[in-house]
Amino acid sequence: MSINFRDLLALEPLTADELGFLLDQSKPFQEIQKHPLKKLATLRGKTVALAFFETSTRTRISFGTAASRLGADSMNLQAEASSLKKGETLLDTVFNLNAMKPDCLVMRHAASGATDYVARHLDIPVVNAGDGTHEHPSQGLLDALTIRDRLGTIKNLNVTILGDILHSRVARSNIHLLGKFGCKFALCGPAMWVPRELEKIAPGTPIRCVYRIEEALEGADVIIMLRVQTERLDDPPLSANDYVLLYQLNAERLRRASSNAIVLHPGPMNRGIEITPEVADGPQSCVLEQVTNGVAVRMAILYLLISGATESGTHPALEVKSKESANASD
Amino acid sequence: MLLIKNGRVMDPASKTDAALDVLLDGEKIKEVGPAGKVLAPQGTEVFDASGLIVAPGFIDLHVHLREPGQESSETIETGTRAAARGGFTAVCCMPNTKPVNDNASVTRFILDRAKVGGSVRVWPIGAASVGSKGEAIAEIAAMKEAGIVAVSDDGKPIATARLARQVMDYCRSLELPVIEHSEDASLAAGAVMREGVTSTRLGLRGMPGAAESVCVARDVQLAELTGARLHVAHLSAKASLEQVRWAKSRGLRVSCEVTPHHFTLIDEDVQYDSKFKMNPPLAAREDREALLAGLADGTVDAIATDHAPHEPALKDVEFDRAPFGILGFETALVLALEQLVQSGRISLMRMVELFTTGPARVLGIERKVAAGQPADLTVFSTEHVWTYNVKESPSKSRNSPFDGRAFKGAAVATIVGGRIVYKQ
Repeated sequence: MSINFRDLLALEPLTADELGFLLDQSKPFQEIQKHPLKKLATLRGKTVALAFFETSTRTRISFGTAASRLGADSMNLQAEASSLKKGETLLDTVFNLNAMKPDCLVMRHAASGATDYVARHLDIPVVNAGDGTHEHPSQGLLDALTIRDRLGTIKNLNVTILGDILHSRVARSNIHLLGKFGCKFALCGPAMWVPRELEKIAPGTPIRCVYRIEEALEGADVIIMLRVQTERLDDPPLSANDYVLLYQLNAERLRRASSNAIVLHPGPMNRGIEITPEVADGPQSCVLEQVTNGVAVRMAILYLLISGATESGTHPALEVKSKESANASD
Repeated sequence: MLLIKNGRVMDPASKTDAALDVLLDGEKIKEVGPAGKVLAPQGTEVFDASGLIVAPGFIDLHVHLREPGQESSETIETGTRAAARGGFTAVCCMPNTKPVNDNASVTRFILDRAKVGGSVRVWPIGAASVGSKGEAIAEIAAMKEAGIVAVSDDGKPIATARLARQVMDYCRSLELPVIEHSEDASLAAGAVMREGVTSTRLGLRGMPGAAESVCVARDVQLAELTGARLHVAHLSAKASLEQVRWAKSRGLRVSCEVTPHHFTLIDEDVQYDSKFKMNPPLAAREDREALLAGLADGTVDAIATDHAPHEPALKDVEFDRAPFGILGFETALVLALEQLVQSGRISLMRMVELFTTGPARVLGIERKVAAGQPADLTVFSTEHVWTYNVKESPSKSRNSPFDGRAFKGAAVATIVGGRIVYKQ
């Protein structure tokens, strides 16, 4: 097994085998997070360009940490420091970054499809760190890794996603990954944020839009919370009190889920709005494991795309775990 | 003089479909007669149209020539050259130029430029409101005197129902059609494509089909109230077509046009490629089916291109930021042949009608191949096989989703005022 794609732009086009491979490849990097000395030399001499055209804290730090722990250098572009405000086009900005010869571009942008658009014009691997309301592939992978660690499998689970699904790139990546492993979805939130069209975005994956949280949580194995983007409460105008009344995840509601259900949240959380502190800090919450796994998943992504794009050779850490992964960069 | 001989003349106005020769004398058709029987004086230029269709000159009711103000995307000269290559002999240019064509001096400027550098006839459409801002009625009578053929605030609808009603009242007295870009601004706000499974999957903001049809519903009811001639531009939604059908069944003077891209493509074709971004956006599969049915049953009056050039620097950006609109002139006839005629949905005669007598009726004029008529003809092939290469277009812009598409059929000669302005 190896990867036959140059970029990681979305999880939708990937097969279950490819997704499973990416998760397997993350395993040894998870181990590295537990070591007292976390820095490898695998990508020494390589450079990762981090271009965040939309503000981000944890994803940018997570990718930066992943690059650094692989021994790579990184160059940082942040929206506020960029030339975009001076009228430069996205493509010109990216071409300028590319002229500094990075080996990979990690990019976040507020416009859906912006990473696809840039990747069509670049000859280095491009990693989508979130494009508009389309996909957030590394988040989808780290969520799956977290679920697999806690529940032992990602197959045939009942997954409930709560919140503003329409505007969530995390939800789309979750659906496209877990759906390929037989998971069933209940999407729940205010009707304006949970349009029926969502039931058809991943043909073959059973997706139900439900508008009562009690019904959505019934028998759930995994509950994925989405941040209520407070700026979205204005569009459409929606009362925060109504949201809490109808859709807040609290301990009582959580009891409707299966007894070993887990709760994920991509962060940042609005405690007291979409989730109560009791649930956020409770034993079923995986929030901080997700963050740790984020670094491991992003190390695997950078390692596979950069070494796969340039040369042969496998990191020793990968050989320990599985024979298969020795072919990672064929 | 110019003799078009051995062609198959198709004239929807008289239901003629026969081997006829057509003799043109300057601006007028001099004689139409059986092949070989029309006598031309010595020195007459002869065009052999053997194996070709000779039709009345095609009219495009909806185009953007970008002059004045956006000459880096198109000019009257480049746009009309592209129109001629597509077989169009007359094009109606929308008023959303810079400045807006909302007064007689801009109208005269456009007509002067067309006289100097235009390959085909340019028939300006005046703004309905000053600056197309939807506040005050533009100087429509003065523009009519200068030469406009209709009014529209295209790019958006006439902003309020009240103003739309007043414009319709006024234009009824002036005998001008009111062309509406029907779109409810609040439903369409921020949208970059049609709302549906594809927009939801791609994470692009969509506008529902109702953004168009609620405005069409408003406008047809105002047409009933005022008795005005209402023409619905680039109609894309099934529900809008039903409104037009309702209006026609009540005998209202309501007509509509459909673009080639809306009867060819659907929202599922959008893949973050701004060449597929236009307004109204590509609609749902069932909308396209409804448009095809409307083109066949007569509900649709005309095919119009909505030719909307944007220079590459504007269009080659993130999908969200790209302006709406695509090129249309050179692919309209061939898409109609491919989607409507070769597929067996309509007859060749009906297709010719949609490009000629259909749009002419919207403007309240005649269009036929007969002695005394304007010497505007479109000669086309239904057999010629070729591939569209947008780089070869005379247009200044390149924003076509049909670049590289193979076609069967082509415009072979475009004749305006007795002169061949384009020959393949």
